[in-house]
This record gives sequence, C-alpha cells and structure tokens, in this order.
Amino acid sequence: MTRLRTAALVGNPNSGKSALFNALTGARQKIANYPGVTVERKAGRMFLLSGEPVELIDLPGSYALDASSPDEEVTRRVVLGEFPGEVVPDVLIVVLDAANLEQHLVFAQELIELGRPVVVALNMVDLAERDGLVIDPAALEQALGVPVISTVAVRKRGLDELRGAISSAEARAERDPHRHPRPHITLPERRLAARNIAKGAILSETAQHRIHASLDKLLLHPWLGPPILFALLFVIFQAVFAWADPLIDLLDGSVGALIDFANAHLPGGFLTDLLTQGVLAGVGSVVVFLPQIVILFAFILIMEQSGYMARAAFIMDRLMAYVGLSGRSFIPLLSSFACAIPGIMATRAIADPKDRLTTILIAPLMTCSARLPVYAVIIGAVIPSRTVAGVVGLQGLVLFALYVAGIIGALVAALVLRRTVTKGAASGFIMEMPRYQWPPLRDLLIGLWQRAWVFLRRAGTIIFTVTVVLWLLLSFPKAGPGEDQVDASFAGKIANGLAVVVEPIGFDRDMALSLIPAMAAREVAVSSLATTYAVSTDDEEQEAVALQDQLAARWTLPMALAFLAWFVFAPQCLSTIAVARRETNGWKWPLVMLGYLFALAYIFAGLTFWIATAAGL
Amino acid sequence: MTLDQLPRLHRAEILSVDWDLLAPEEGKRLRALGIDKGAQVAIAHRGIFAGHDPISLEIGRMTVALRRAHAKAMTVREL
Repeated sequence: MTRLRTAALVGNPNSGKSALFNALTGARQKIANYPGVTVERKAGRMFLLSGEPVELIDLPGSYALDASSPDEEVTRRVVLGEFPGEVVPDVLIVVLDAANLEQHLVFAQELIELGRPVVVALNMVDLAERDGLVIDPAALEQALGVPVISTVAVRKRGLDELRGAISSAEARAERDPHRHPRPHITLPERRLAARNIAKGAILSETAQHRIHASLDKLLLHPWLGPPILFALLFVIFQAVFAWADPLIDLLDGSVGALIDFANAHLPGGFLTDLLTQGVLAGVGSVVVFLPQIVILFAFILIMEQSGYMARAAFIMDRLMAYVGLSGRSFIPLLSSFACAIPGIMATRAIADPKDRLTTILIAPLMTCSARLPVYAVIIGAVIPSRTVAGVVGLQGLVLFALYVAGIIGALVAALVLRRTVTKGAASGFIMEMPRYQWPPLRDLLIGLWQRAWVFLRRAGTIIFTVTVVLWLLLSFPKAGPGEDQVDASFAGKIANGLAVVVEPIGFDRDMALSLIPAMAAREVAVSSLATTYAVSTDDEEQEAVALQDQLAARWTLPMALAFLAWFVFAPQCLSTIAVARRETNGWKWPLVMLGYLFALAYIFAGLTFWIATAAGL
Repeated sequence: MTLDQLPRLHRAEILSVDWDLLAPEEGKRLRALGIDKGAQVAIAHRGIFAGHDPISLEIGRMTVALRRAHAKAMTVREL
C-alpha cells in the first residue's frame, strides 16, 4: 500500500481557490493549524476518476513565493518542501482567476518554474465571460507548457477534467521522477511574459467589468456608500433578533419539555437534579442561541464571499486612520463580532506590527456572538417589547446601542493605545478588491456548518464542564432548614466575597456569581444564572419558569443595564486571552488587555448604574 | 505629476516609483500587485471622508485600494 497521495491548491488571493477546494472535497474537510505557526491548514479528501483518494490541501493565497506575511511563508515552505512534518505535494494545482489572467500568471509562472507536476485550473471562466472576456485554454496550455483546465468551481464545471489532469500529471511524474526546473527569471521579465501570454490567450475582450464598476459606483459613492454600509449593519442586528425568535422559542420549548420529561420519568435524587438543573438548564440555555449565531455568521460570510467586505474596508479606512489603524483592521474587527478568536487570528493579514498589536488589543471590545446570549436574555427580560417610531423594535435598538458602545470603546481605546503603548508611524493600506460575485450556496453552507459545529462543541465541552462544576459548587454543602441554598453553598461564599467588590456598581450576589464561570466563556453567565435560580427554587413548578421571567422579577432596570455595560467591556473569555498570548508571543500584551478591559468594564458598569439610578429608572 | 494628483478616471502610466518613501513591506506588496514602473493605471474612486483617502486604483482588470501617501510616491504621465 503506497502512502496517500497529496495535491495542493495554490494561487493568488481571490482566485476562487477555496470554492474549488469545497467543490472538490465537499464536506470532507479538516481544519487545523500548521504546527508552530498560527496559520490555518485546510485539508480534505478528494477522489480521482479511478476512485483513488487524494489528500487535497488548500494553501493560503499568495502573490509570490517571496513571502511578506506568515500566511505566504507557509505557502512558500510547503510548495518548496521545506515545511517540517508536511509532505511535498505530489501535484500543484495552480488556480488562476480567468478574469484576472495577466496578474495571476505572474505567480503561476514562478510555480511552474519549479519543474514540479503542475495542473492549471483556469477558474471562474463564467465570471470572465460575464465581463466580456473569452479565453482560449489551449493557447494558454501551449504558452505555459502545462495542462490547463477551465473550471467553474461554484457550478462544478470542469471538475472531472481537473481530476483526470491530476491523475495524468502524477503518472507523468512517476515515469520521469526528475524535476525539470525551468530557468529562473526576474519579476519584471515574468510580468512582461504574463502580459504576452494573457494577450495571446484572450480571444475577445469587450467592455471592462461593467457590473463590477457600476456596483462600485454605488457602494463606494461618497454620500451613498457609508449609509448603505451602516444600514446593512443595522439590518444584520435587527435580523439576528427578529428572524431567530421562532427558532429560539422552538429550542427553548424542547429543552423545557426535556426537563419536564426527566423530572416525570426519572427517580428523584442527585443524578436527576444534576441532569435537569445542571446539564439541561445550563447547556440548554446556551444552545438556544445557535440560531442567532448562525444568522450573524451567515451575514459575515455573505459579505466576505460576495466581495463586499473589501469595500467595507475601503469605506472604513479613513475613519480607522483617525485612530491610527487602517481599513485592514476592519475585517478582523468585523470577524470579532462573531468571535474574537478568528478575529485575532485574522490580524495576521496586517503587515504593520504596531497596527496588528493594536487591533488584537481592541478586538475583544467587538461584541462577539458569545455575548449575544447574555444580551439577548437580559434585554428580553427587562426591556419592553414594543416598537419605536412605528418600525424599529426597542429591544433591537438596545442591542444595536450595545454594539455601538463596543465599537466606540474600541475606537477610543485604539486612539489612546496608538499614542501610548503601541506608538509608531502611521500605517498603510494596500488591498486588492475582489470582483463581486453571488455567494455560492454550498460554500456558504459549509462555512456556516463549520462555525455552528465549533459553537456546539464549545457548548458540549467547556460550557458543559463549567455548568456542572458550578452546579456542584452551588449544591454543596446542603443548606440547613430555613437557610437559602445559594448562601450556604461553596459558590455562594465565593460570590459573597466577590460581591463586596462589585456591589458599588450595582451587582448583587447572583450576578457576581455568574461572572466567575463566565471567564471560561461569556455565554456561561446565562447558564450559570439559570443554574443558580434553578438551585435556589425548591418548587419544581418554579424551575420550569423561564430564566427571563426570573430575571424580570429579581433584577431592577439599573442593575440589568449595569450588567450589560459590564459585558460590553469585560475581557471575559480565557480562550481569547490564550490566543492573544500565542499571537503576541508572551504574556505582556494579554495582561495589558486584561488590565485595561477590566478597568473599563468596572467604570462603565458603575457609571451606568449610578446614572440609571439617579434618573429614576 | 504624482499619482495622487491624477484626475479620476484618467488613464496614466507610472513613470517611476520612489520606493524610499514607502516601507519595505509596502513596496513589496505593491510590486507583487503589479504596481510598478511601466504599469498603466486609473483612479476609479477616491475616499469618502476628508482627504479623499484611500484611493481605489484600476490596474489591468484588477482593483487595488491604497493610500494617498503611496500614490504620492509615484510619478505618472497621463495617457
């Protein structure tokens, strides 16, 4: 049995590499990190026409082998076989954007020069044709001296031909295992050659990218562009609240039914209590937010895949420049709305180290999806569900305000950081703007599935463990007669100590208690509140009462608002701190992050509480 | 004339680039994108807020966003 053969997709950013990867491997993908570096390694299994499996690697998009970012460095080392523990790919599949041939042929030539088995995928030929560009793959094949296959990844066109070409490239390499490097040429020579090859292969060329230009005209319009972007962001946040509601009710009802079922059919005792009060009440209260997280990620993925995200970066660049950042930081920051971890990892695309560090430090201020459960429960409990000015829901408006508070906090923090701890020269902004395209449904679904799975895995592991530990701490030692169970428990004693610190900002003991497990993951604050209230009520009828009704009964409006303000700023998630440590190679910056964010959280929660109390809310 | 002074939608050829005005990494990135001596470019859009920064530059069939500070380092000739 020979080892599993490998092939690698390599090409410029925006060549449609990932869509081709999805089309070739389907859902058979594994995402991990390259050892020692924090670059995502995407691998999957594809099958040749003979049915033989091949491991396919999707290498980070690069402009050249001469690397200028950690991502490009990985591509260079894997292609050259210099990456320890990574086998040299048997076949390189060079992906070209048909509509951007001249530019993409520069890197393609560099790869072909290596003399390794190469197949060229002339991708997105449909978009090129839409732009009035007809290309002759045979002429390209002739000029490059390697097989060229036309593909449309999103429509699965040309995939079988590509599979066939991969097999025959391998077979050729087997007959003649020696590499045949071609003479190395300089960048200007390669660029000139690329121009000539592209000219020779283009059969006809009409009006230049019309759709692209007219969309840009609208979306980058000086007066219309920013309102469109902000309107889109507003729609996203309204949608997260409104569209998810029926699904949440459904999940919530199912969890409630499960608890009732367990209480009715299981013998009473420790294990049943653990199951209903600990596991079901705790994990269930977090899992119900899956619909909202999926909706948020759907919008972010659509923005990325349609090409709009780069326009958003363009619009935001000037504003980011005011606080010493660039439009480049907008993408990691927007990703941080889903989760700060991929956001911080996306900062690798920022070349300037000071810029990158600042972006990492402010990323946790973007309202991540883990905060959504906390916001959603508390807003649902204390903010009345009515409309303002006839159309806008008040609850959605408050949610929007919380997001805005995080953004303003981040911008001010960046401004201060750039003048103090991350002082340095202003940074630049150079970025290719991909062409617009309709986001392919399959790629969207694969992306969503991967995100949802990460969330559910967290719910199943971290959140499960923390909830159960908290339940145990809350349940022991048992309260004596006439004594409140929470007061008697270990957790209650810890929280009573912490409550002294957070009392001035309006937090009661139950709130203080929820802050401790929320360090593991913010959304646990919700499940721990649920667990706490489940433990402190003896009545089984009462247990089934939704957490929101409990909150509405127990919390005043200033308390709830202070709690929300706390979560806008607090660096509540240990995984984020761990990622920041890995990305900054040390403890210094994560500690700076912890310090300034806790200070902000305390001050703003306090201000909110005092002002709201003074205003008589 | 430097590139930042080029009117919108006018085509021009880059005659020279003063790489010393740019950070080495930025220079590398611009060259990788083909923004170098001899390239034909046009400004498609200018920034929205004060200073009309950044610029979206058309080069071939590609659009690249860059800052005015980068454009200032490039001498161009209108075509």
